[in-house]
Amino acid sequence: MVLGNYKNCVSARAADPAVLSASQDGGIVTQLFAFALEEGIIDGAVVAGPGDEPYKPEPIVATTVAELMEARGTRYTICPNVAMIKEATRSYGLDKVGIVGTPCQIQAVRKAQLYPMGMRSVGDKIALAIGIFCMENFPYQGLETMVEDLCNVKMESAVKMDIGKGKFSVYTSRGAVSQIPLKLTHKFEQPGCHVCLDYVANLADVSTGSVGSPDGWSTVLTRTKKGETIWGKAIEAGYFETKPIEDVKPGLGLLTKLATEKITKNQKTLDERATFGVDKGLRNPYI
Amino acid sequence: MGLLSNLKKIFTGKKPEEPEAAPEPVTVPEPVTVPKARPEAKPAVKPGDVKVEKKPEIHEKEEKPVAEKITIGHVHMSGCTGCLVSLADNYEGLFTLLDNYADLNYCLTLADVRDIPKMDVALVEGSVCINDHHSVEDIKKARRNATIVVALGSCAAYGNITRFARGGQWNQPQHENYVPIGDLINVDIYLPACPPSPESIRNVAVMAYLLLRGTDEQKELAAAYLKPLMDLAQRGTEACGCDLIYDVINQGLCMGCGTCVATCPVRAISMECGKPNIDRDLCIKCGACYAQCPRSFFNFDVMNQFEAIGEVIDAAMGKGDE
Repeated sequence: MVLGNYKNCVSARAADPAVLSASQDGGIVTQLFAFALEEGIIDGAVVAGPGDEPYKPEPIVATTVAELMEARGTRYTICPNVAMIKEATRSYGLDKVGIVGTPCQIQAVRKAQLYPMGMRSVGDKIALAIGIFCMENFPYQGLETMVEDLCNVKMESAVKMDIGKGKFSVYTSRGAVSQIPLKLTHKFEQPGCHVCLDYVANLADVSTGSVGSPDGWSTVLTRTKKGETIWGKAIEAGYFETKPIEDVKPGLGLLTKLATEKITKNQKTLDERATFGVDKGLRNPYI
Repeated sequence: MGLLSNLKKIFTGKKPEEPEAAPEPVTVPEPVTVPKARPEAKPAVKPGDVKVEKKPEIHEKEEKPVAEKITIGHVHMSGCTGCLVSLADNYEGLFTLLDNYADLNYCLTLADVRDIPKMDVALVEGSVCINDHHSVEDIKKARRNATIVVALGSCAAYGNITRFARGGQWNQPQHENYVPIGDLINVDIYLPACPPSPESIRNVAVMAYLLLRGTDEQKELAAAYLKPLMDLAQRGTEACGCDLIYDVINQGLCMGCGTCVATCPVRAISMECGKPNIDRDLCIKCGACYAQCPRSFFNFDVMNQFEAIGEVIDAAMGKGDE
């Protein structure tokens, strides 16, 4: 259950080399939105676009493939995508909106659909919600400290950042790689992440992330009828290369292990919060 | 209507009531029956009789579906009618609601009933002006006569804009003291926002129907769905954008998703350093941001079934899957 309900799981990567040239892993989000955009499944998508400062994303409503391409790659900091979800249906006038988000953001989207108090005419316009695997997130200042002070790399010269195999890695434009153990980054995590009980975006239409697949590939879980249909069409149209998840290393075992670790750790945090003070606790959002 | 009268002509006035009764429950029966009976009656027998016969029969037919419906009343206190407009903005969905699930048995704006009757669900819009004894009597009566009282919108729930006691639209000069209904009566369900979206009112109406008329399984679902809104009603009668700071950020729960920014009806919230920043001069204290925040409440038992619940509501509203 730590992986949520899903219909299908594969390892995949985008078929378009242009997408892969600057994607984080398999380029799934960019390629799937590009497909949906071209097919008219969505009119546009809320994605993490480039911001004023390097690696500081701003949520944007991408209505062209070019804009989607600009938003490729992971930036390990907060990008409030849900903030644009109503705007996409208003100023941008979209009837079919795609949105990509971390598990918590996808939770917010589902709450906005089931309890749409302040979300008029938004819920039924969500055409495709893609969730990305997420262990935790960093405030921008935290990320800056990790990159500049701990890794000794200027933010402007970083071309890619990656978390994997117990390390936080920064790649520079001159080909250098600077790594620090993931353990050193824990203190920069935002506290709101420590009560999160979702690792693989259980409520998305399609969830994706690198964990479980080989380098350059992503693990893809299709969860809803909508997600299943769109993913099926994209495969049929030849937009992705896929491999059965059973055939790849490290496979679902690692995904399950990390999901269990996150949920166990954060459930413990939630339990501790209940008795944080003396006869007084901190609020639990889940009850 | 044209089709129906053609049908009737074919049967030459044999039983003109039957085909007519089916689509009737919503529309007003009298003006329809009178002109209809005339052309068909031709040389038949007694036109006077036809009229008298039809009326009671239509009423009988109307009562059948009504027996299973719940009754909903809209109680208008000091508010702008925007919440009622939001209910009406379900468009054809409103007709489906009224056809199949609920009778609007009290609503000063839409139905000609003067006294607050007994009802299953009272949707109360607006805060109570305590200088107006009629309002105070009305809200008390609504509580006594309703099984479930819903604070529809932020004025009823939190006072919202009426709490600022400005606006210059007083009926009488002394009308300036407004309290949320929760300060005078027990409220069962809060549905904040200014106004709450048509979809959210629809969802609450459908869930109230399932709670009162559904199978055991449906009752369970409806109770689980409504619980967080009942908890919200217990939380208090004050709201502000700063709830996000006090009850989400300060509690270490905010993860910067931006939901509050999208929710705010007056654009008082922006994201600064990954957290909401509230312009308190703009904030109208509607409480929508806190209610919509995924870290104010998030009930996994309901949310994990989002796809199925969406389908249930769509099916209830007569929408096919795509």
